[in-house]
Amino acid sequence: MTDTIAEAEPLSYEEALERFDPVLGFEVHVELNTVTKMFSSAPNAFGDDPNTNVNPVCLGLPGTLPVVNGTAVESAIRLGLALNCRIAESCRFARKQYFYPDTPKNWQTSQYDEPIAYDGYLDVELDDGEIFRVEIERAHMEEDAGKLTHAGTSGRIQGADYSLVDYNRSGVPLIEIVTKPIVGAGERAPEIARAYVSAVRDIVKGLDISDARMERGNVRCDANVSLMPKGSTEFGTRSETKNVNSMRAVEHAVTYEIRRHAGVLSSGGSIVQETRHWQETSRTTTSGRPKSDADDYRYFPEPDLVPVVTTQDWIERLRAELPEPPAERRRRLRETWGYADKEFRDVVAADLLDEIEETVEKGASPAVARKWWMGEISRLANARDLDPAALGVAPATIIELNSLIEAGRINDKIARQVLEFHVDGEGSPEAIVEARGLEVVSDDGALSAAVEKAMEENPDVVEKVKGGKLKAIGALIGPVMKETKGQADAGKVREIVLEKLGIEG
Amino acid sequence: MIDVADNAELIRLTAAEMAAKLRAGEITSVELTQAHLDRIEAVDGGEKGLNAYIHVSGEEALATAAEVDAIRSAGGAEAEALHPLAGVPIAVKDLIVTTGQPTTAGSKMLEGWMSPYDATVVEKIRTAKLPILGKTNLDEFAMGSSTEHSAYGVTRNPWNIERIPGGSGGGSAAAVAAFEAPLALGTDTGGSIRQPGAVTGTVGTKPTYGSVSRYGAIAMASSLDQIGPVARTTEDAALLHELIAGHDPKDSTSLPDEVPAFGEASRNQSVEGLRIGVIRQLQGEGYQSGVLARFQESLDALKAAGAEIVEVDCTSFEYALGAYYLIMPSEASSNLARFDGVRYGTRVTPEEGPLTIERVMGATRAAGFGEEVKRRIILGTYALSAGYYDAYYGSAQKVRTLIQRDFDAAFETADVLISPTSPVVAFPLGEKLDDPLAMYLNDVATIPANLAGIPGISVPGGLAADESGAELPVGIQFLAPAREDARVYQAAGALEKLLNDGSQPLWAQIPELESQEA
Repeated sequence: MTDTIAEAEPLSYEEALERFDPVLGFEVHVELNTVTKMFSSAPNAFGDDPNTNVNPVCLGLPGTLPVVNGTAVESAIRLGLALNCRIAESCRFARKQYFYPDTPKNWQTSQYDEPIAYDGYLDVELDDGEIFRVEIERAHMEEDAGKLTHAGTSGRIQGADYSLVDYNRSGVPLIEIVTKPIVGAGERAPEIARAYVSAVRDIVKGLDISDARMERGNVRCDANVSLMPKGSTEFGTRSETKNVNSMRAVEHAVTYEIRRHAGVLSSGGSIVQETRHWQETSRTTTSGRPKSDADDYRYFPEPDLVPVVTTQDWIERLRAELPEPPAERRRRLRETWGYADKEFRDVVAADLLDEIEETVEKGASPAVARKWWMGEISRLANARDLDPAALGVAPATIIELNSLIEAGRINDKIARQVLEFHVDGEGSPEAIVEARGLEVVSDDGALSAAVEKAMEENPDVVEKVKGGKLKAIGALIGPVMKETKGQADAGKVREIVLEKLGIEG
Repeated sequence: MIDVADNAELIRLTAAEMAAKLRAGEITSVELTQAHLDRIEAVDGGEKGLNAYIHVSGEEALATAAEVDAIRSAGGAEAEALHPLAGVPIAVKDLIVTTGQPTTAGSKMLEGWMSPYDATVVEKIRTAKLPILGKTNLDEFAMGSSTEHSAYGVTRNPWNIERIPGGSGGGSAAAVAAFEAPLALGTDTGGSIRQPGAVTGTVGTKPTYGSVSRYGAIAMASSLDQIGPVARTTEDAALLHELIAGHDPKDSTSLPDEVPAFGEASRNQSVEGLRIGVIRQLQGEGYQSGVLARFQESLDALKAAGAEIVEVDCTSFEYALGAYYLIMPSEASSNLARFDGVRYGTRVTPEEGPLTIERVMGATRAAGFGEEVKRRIILGTYALSAGYYDAYYGSAQKVRTLIQRDFDAAFETADVLISPTSPVVAFPLGEKLDDPLAMYLNDVATIPANLAGIPGISVPGGLAADESGAELPVGIQFLAPAREDARVYQAAGALEKLLNDGSQPLWAQIPELESQEA
């Protein structure tokens, strides 16, 4: 054993793929957005003071007993159905036993040999539209652990001066989704990895069972990678990279692990079965703790809970109420809205499908809805460090703004200002335009006077126009705008100039 | 000033009689509670004291008592609404958590720990306004059959202070037998209510699994544990059972059923036409002849009163003890994992070497747990280990199913089953301390009911002499199908009446204890 090479220079990705076929596997933990925890009535909330969202049950105090959160079970069934899984008629919880201070009972209540959902699949859409099917082994319910903060230089429990534990997260409901080994991914493995996690995130978001914010750990991914020499069908030893918590990181971690494994295997070494830590800054992984299949968690059925029994009626009702699958919905929206590919991708990336869809439903054209959400609303939100949706702009507001423009009562520039005033709480666009007197100057007399003034002040421009250079009118618009404080309609100004000069437009 | 002689009579009433006198205004709850506190003061402390209590909460008990008295003397709707047992004091096994009083589970591990919440049964007792006299002694974490495995000293049997009071609930049983409380709560995982009841001449019920909420009972073996009543009479036990039973949303294994009228069942006292099944496997070898003689007399009395005595076979009982000593330690090893010194209770820091969390947990558990607890944790950890699970825990669960089937078959020919509660009368302190297997055999007759989740009761069956010639109480056990707890009260009530006919009840025959007051 001592002679075995476990470390070597990673191969280039291309070279790795020439020699090996990657096999992937994912364990994605989804934190549910239930009001209370998995087995207790303590609040399930993020960001509060340490150890405030706790009660005797989730602190594992002597004598306490768990009670299953029915909403969490329903979420698990819905997720299972969305992942095309079979739902167990009856399933039990089990105790996964290990001593660790973030786990107050020194066991995690999880599911072992009886997951609530099993044997499913997820069709994942890749960047070029190709569909790749990922087989789902199981989705099971469990509880989250508390959060440890290690004081000292290392930031790890080893060598810490002391450690603090916050049990607010202890007992928060989780669903763990486990894939079957993913073979045949080839060179697209990293892309499939990202697309898979992204698809799972879209589904839980669509089901509204999780806040689905990866940066908060609502969706956490453990990525398993192993390599087989080209042509072989026997799986190699796998590594498990823990807590890869962004789409990009998933892609990079899989890429790096493929390169690292290939490097070790190519130099005659062997892969150590272990957990690995993702290092965001160097985009590499580092060795964690050795993990063998013989880790003994002494699982046994949780005697404090009765089996969860699902009836066919219940499952069918939940199935009927499932939202449209995210991938299908995207296809449908892209087609009905008629956006260019890039436009649509940008909307998806900005996470504004819901908002645009609602705005279109309320009567705006897809182009108008996209213009406002992707344009001024996003800009204002960005400046305020908010999500566009959090800005509080109702679809009706956008429609109102747009009809003001279409009626020629305000121009685009004014409309953008009106939006900002609206966001700042000044009322409806109509009211803002009235109150601030922003309406386009449509009084022909006033506008005519302003145009006349501009023509007098710019005789050279007038000459050019007379000479047939109609584009030169643009030079008169600026002074007119200045005179009318921006409330003139550019088209109208052009009409008046031509009229005064007796030129047919 | 209360007369001491009056006090002696007061504490010798049954709980039902105390309740009646309180309702009639003949006595006050403060008098009654004080009488018990005086009794505790007199017999519980000192070198030869019973040590039934780990903690006595006189102030709290008297405050509750005064509250009941005030409500009663004010009269009106609030007095009308008082629970029938309001004002009758009670003792609580120190495995059940209470606010305002420490809960130790008989272990150093929880020395000085104060629970921030009340067990559901304690809430019910507080709502019904029964003054809580204190917390009673037990084998550490309820592991034992003699109350010798307590970090807070042994409890003595009031019938003979050199004898064990049974276990793990020896404290509750001894307190009730010695008139230190008219009622007490116990927990029964393999016989911890019934066996102490048998050897102290008191009545104890293990209810149907799920009849009483386990929320707040520090778990030993979750699938076997059940809280139940300890009293001097069947009726008292039934009344207390009625008070503590009922569905609890905090306990997923608690039954949704309405609580039956157990008190009424206990007063029925008729066995006319009742089919009573004698379990062939729970007699004979290992049972003392005196115990078997009292058992036979009980059968004869029941038969004479019109019961139909039938024999039933429960062949898989042979494996019950083995299965129990796999399932119980397996669950206990898991339930006791939380005691690690991180969050509450004792924390021990190793004197030498690096200060790591593993070493602190290790040192805490090494110092905080007693020998019997460690034995069971090791046994259970082993039984659940990969590669052994199927052979041990898995097989034990199969035996459990077989035992349930044996009971199902037996209850087709019998309405209730009967056996001696314990094969032996109270043995001398220290006798079995070094022989765990001999200790475990005490529970051979009580364990099947826990494995099957069915109700069982132990009622006094008279006195019997052991090999040394000492006359000590014998317990008779009745078992009924799950959710038929009323049947055990009916049968036990009937036997009690038959055996008491023309003589004082056994509990009243207990020898006088020497006052331990300095």
